[in-house]
Amino acid sequence: MTSTSAPILTLDKVSKTFGNGPGAVRAARAISFSLHAGRALAVVGESGSGKTTCARIAMREYEPSEGRLLYKGKPVDKAGAKEIADYRRSVQMIFQDPFASLNPAHTIAYHLKRPLMLHRPELKGAAVAEEIKALLRQVKLDPDMIAPRYPHELSGGQRQRVNIARALAAKPEVIVADEPTSMLDVSVRLGVLNLLSEMKQEMNLGLLYITHDIATARYVAEDIAVMYAGQIVEWGNTGKVIDNPAHPYTRLLLSAVPDPDIRFDDPNAQVSATEADETRRRSAADQATIREIEPDHFVRTA
Amino acid sequence: MTAPLLSVKNLTIDYIGETDDFRAVDNVSFDVAPGEVFGLAGESGCGKSTIAFAISRLHKPPALIRKESAILLDGRNVLDLDQKGLADFRWREVAMVFQSAMNSLNPVLRIEQQFYDVLKTHKGMRRAAARDRTAEMLRLVDISPDRMRDYPHQFSGGMRQRIVIAICLALDPRLIVMDEPTTALDVVVQREILQRINELRRKLGFAVLFITHDLGLMVQFCDRIGIMLGGKLVEQGSADAIYRTPEHDYTKKLWASFPSLHGGVLR
Repeated sequence: MTSTSAPILTLDKVSKTFGNGPGAVRAARAISFSLHAGRALAVVGESGSGKTTCARIAMREYEPSEGRLLYKGKPVDKAGAKEIADYRRSVQMIFQDPFASLNPAHTIAYHLKRPLMLHRPELKGAAVAEEIKALLRQVKLDPDMIAPRYPHELSGGQRQRVNIARALAAKPEVIVADEPTSMLDVSVRLGVLNLLSEMKQEMNLGLLYITHDIATARYVAEDIAVMYAGQIVEWGNTGKVIDNPAHPYTRLLLSAVPDPDIRFDDPNAQVSATEADETRRRSAADQATIREIEPDHFVRTA
Repeated sequence: MTAPLLSVKNLTIDYIGETDDFRAVDNVSFDVAPGEVFGLAGESGCGKSTIAFAISRLHKPPALIRKESAILLDGRNVLDLDQKGLADFRWREVAMVFQSAMNSLNPVLRIEQQFYDVLKTHKGMRRAAARDRTAEMLRLVDISPDRMRDYPHQFSGGMRQRIVIAICLALDPRLIVMDEPTTALDVVVQREILQRINELRRKLGFAVLFITHDLGLMVQFCDRIGIMLGGKLVEQGSADAIYRTPEHDYTKKLWASFPSLHGGVLR
C-alpha cells in the first residue's frame, strides 16, 4: 500500500499451512502487506478467511511456513535476542474478548504496571504510579477511580480501554487489534474506535485492524485488504475498494452488509444463495494474477 | 389495522433479589399483527431477551411476571395457561429460535430424528409421514432432503441455523420469536437466511418477533420496530419512521453509533 514513510512492519509473501498431506489447511497464502506509522490497515473477511492467522504471524505467535516478516526492513527470523525483545515491545496486541484478556485476580493498576516494569525499566517508584495514571487518562478513564479496581468491576467498554492502555504502556510503534469491538455494545463501540484512531494520530502508531465489519473498517482505516480463503483478494485505499469493488468476493461481501436504505422485499437487493456459493467456490481457487484497477487499488484474479 | 396476533400489555418482569428486585421489563406494551415482522432493538441488559422468553413462558425464577401483565395470543392470555395448555401452545403456536440456535441441535441424533421428535410429540405423526414432512421442510430452507440422515456436525453453521428454523416451522406456528438469530454468522450467510425467512413469511403468513442490536439490519427486515432502554419501550413505529424520523434521543444516539459503509455514521 502506498505511503511515503518507510514501513515499520512488513509481511512479505507469507504463507501459513496447518497440518500436512491432503488434509492440510492453507490458512494464509502469499500474504503481503506493510504497516506504516500513523496509518491504519483494516483486514476484513468472514470467519475462517485467515485474518487472525495474519495477526498472529505479525505478533510472532506463528512462524510463517513460507515468506518473511520484516521489521524496519530487516528479517525478524534472523534477529538476535535484543532485537526480538525490541520487537516484542514495539508490536502490541489488543484482543477481542475484554472479559478474558484481563486477569480477574489482579487490579487494573497491576495490569498496567507489568508492561511498564518489563519494557520501561528506567521508570522507578513514584514514576511508575504517575505513568499508570497518565495511561488511564490517555484512554479517558478516571485514574483514581479505575486503577484500584478489579476487572469484574468494569464494563466491557472500560475493560477494552484498559487493554488499550496496557498496549500503550510499552510505547509501541504498531498495534494489532483483533476484532476489538465485536464483543462490545453498539453504543460504546464507536467510542473505542475513536480512541484507537486518536492514539494512532497522536502517537503516530501503525494500526492493524482485524474485523468482519466492513463499515467500521471504513470508519477507522485508510487502507483495506479483503481476505477470503487465506488470500488477500483485493486491497488498496479503503474508499476506492468499497466504492468501486473489483473482485466478485468483495462485491458479495459488500452486497450483504446491513444497509437500512435497502429493504429485503426489494427485488433488486436479493443476494442469491447459489450465486454466493459459486462466488465463494471460485474465490477459493488460487488468485495468482495481480491487476491494478486504479492508483492505490489492486485486485487478484485466477 | 387487523386484530393483532400477539398483544403484549403492561408487561412488567422483575428479577427477585434477596434485598432488592431488579425491574428487567417495565410496563411494556406492543402488538404484532398476523404476518408482520416486529423488531425489538436495544443493548445488552435492556430486557429484550427477557420479553422473548416470557412470551413462550420460558422464563424461570427468579424472574417474576407482575400481576397486571398480559400476553395475549389471539385474545387468549398465555400467562393463564396450565401445563397441558402450555405444551400445546409452545412450538405449535409460538416457536423460538435462540441466539446460538445452531448449537441447539442434539449432536448425537440424526437430523431426521430431531424432526421426528417434534412431529411425534406435538402431532402424533408416524415415521413415514414425519419423513415426508421433514423432506418438505428441508427443501423450504434450501437443504437437500437426502441429507436428513446426516448428523449436525456434517453441516456448516449457516446450514445448521437453517435446519433449526425448518424445525421451528414444521408445525406451522403463527409466531416465531427470533432472539439474535444470526449474530454468530457471517454477513453473507446472515443475509441469505433472513432473506429466506422473509420470503417464507410472505408465503406461509407467520409473524416474526425479531430481536437484535443491529439497527441497520432491523430496518431492512422489519415492518415495525420498538426501541428498548433499561426495560422500557421508549419508542415504537414503522421501520421507516424509526430510520428516517426517530423521535427519542436514545434512538437518535443509537443511529449515531453505527458507522456507514459510505463514510461517516448512518445519521
